[in-house]
Amino acid sequence: MDVIGNLLSVSLYEGLSYGFVAMGVYITFRVLAFPDLTVDGSFPLGGAVAAVLIINGVNPWLATLAALGAGLGAGLGTSLLNTKLRINALLAGILMMVALYSINLLIMGRANIPLLREITVFELVAQLLGLSTSVTLSLVFALVLTCIILAILNWFLRTEIGLALRATGENEQMVRSLGADTDLTTILGVSISNGLVALSGALIAQNQGFCDVGMGIGMIVMGLASVIIGEGIFRPRGITAILLAVVGGSFAYRLFVGIALRLGLAPTNLKLITALLVITALAIPYIRKKIRHEWIPPAVRM
Amino acid sequence: MSENGSLLQLKKINKIFSRGTVDQIIALNNIELTVNAGDFITIIGSNGAGKTTLLNIIAGVYPPERGGKIIINGKDITNLSEHKRARYIGRVFQDPHIGTAAKMTIEENLAMALLRGQRRGLGIATNKQRRELFRSALAPLGLGLEDRLNTPVGTLSGGQRQALALVMATMSKPSLLLLDEHIATLDPRTAQIVLDLSEMIVRREKMTTIMVTHNMEIALRYGNRLIMMHKGRTIVDLNQQQRSNLTVNDLVVAFERASGEQFADDSILLPDK
Repeated sequence: MDVIGNLLSVSLYEGLSYGFVAMGVYITFRVLAFPDLTVDGSFPLGGAVAAVLIINGVNPWLATLAALGAGLGAGLGTSLLNTKLRINALLAGILMMVALYSINLLIMGRANIPLLREITVFELVAQLLGLSTSVTLSLVFALVLTCIILAILNWFLRTEIGLALRATGENEQMVRSLGADTDLTTILGVSISNGLVALSGALIAQNQGFCDVGMGIGMIVMGLASVIIGEGIFRPRGITAILLAVVGGSFAYRLFVGIALRLGLAPTNLKLITALLVITALAIPYIRKKIRHEWIPPAVRM
Repeated sequence: MSENGSLLQLKKINKIFSRGTVDQIIALNNIELTVNAGDFITIIGSNGAGKTTLLNIIAGVYPPERGGKIIINGKDITNLSEHKRARYIGRVFQDPHIGTAAKMTIEENLAMALLRGQRRGLGIATNKQRRELFRSALAPLGLGLEDRLNTPVGTLSGGQRQALALVMATMSKPSLLLLDEHIATLDPRTAQIVLDLSEMIVRREKMTTIMVTHNMEIALRYGNRLIMMHKGRTIVDLNQQQRSNLTVNDLVVAFERASGEQFADDSILLPDK
């Protein structure tokens, strides 16, 4: 019983913390239809900025906020490459991701920064409540933060700007003909997305007690897996439901991973399994059409 | 509006696609056009005549060649981007899918259109007051869309979507309305309904309008001025008086005289119905 309880609470904590990545991926891939691969670089960027600031004595809250800001900047870079230099969205993301690998090393000065002896936001929250740090506390903190961010996104996507952002992903020509700047909405969406991803990186680094330059590898696939699982399980309709489903998907993904690991899956195989999961999910519509002899559009290259 | 009552002026408008290659096409050839406030112009021409290119140039989808000038309300908008021009120009596209966003609801689509030419802010896009406005804008269509504000647009028929696109193009009362073969993809009955709705809205709002069509009958029946395009030039320009009592056959004769060519496009001659 204890094992199950532990598995659930750890999965929930991780699901919520990585949930910001899933929200970010949802905003780019689903809302904006902008397949942004910056994520693998902006996730460790968030960790790196937070870690370096914390070991240099900056308040962990400020450090976390700065990480979010750095993520916004990374997203800004990618979206400017796409909108102003007209570089293909996929390529713009890959370029930024590769550049960020060096940038992250520059920021960190080494490949790994331990944070175990540092005061992090989790310790600050524990101090504030007069408790000691625990999984439960981390979980509650992540839950509160998730609720705040979800509420903000749920509001933002219904505002006048938010509407233009959603419409951009669906029908750019219409948005321009109605007088909204699609470059601007793209820049806004991709930036917000990477801000969320970096926030997640900052929280994860602080909770696990270190930042590693390689901690972002496969993050985009994990985020996509969460979004796909969330959509598959909950079949949401409407913005609020979709946002909740994305976080739910992140939790479900972490739960599957936790169970698989306990059943003896080697952690090194995890990314392979995740990739297979996403491949399967993406291939299902194709296979379904094939069986029904429906018309299938040719594969998209660019 | 400028002193002489003209709402839109096109000066020396040229457009060349694939310049310097074997595929080079002169899509627009020295177009000079003055549209007066209140004009309802129908533009007719065969495929490749430059009708849609002309609308794209006016709307700012792409710029004209150097030296060309586009002036609206006395203001030079030649270098203004498409989304900034949208303040002055409403447009309905040939494809209903381009004029509306399928996954968004009717009221969300209308809210997007309502803010044409305005700053988009952080207020919630749809509120009670706006919903009332949307209902009153949709009710005259007689399609019952006013009771389905929360329906995703993707579930509507092509005709309903095009009627919605028409309302979206006109609801914030732009100075100029561009209708780009907007009934071409609809079945004849729906096309007639959308066409009548277009005329009703144009009349009600006294909106200056340019309507591109493939159909000579429609070009003669609607509007107060008829322009015929051929190979990137305007070859016939008839005012209300000149075109009254004109038949499709007279138009064909006018075409042949102006272009010096035999008329050979059946799709223009044959009415849609």
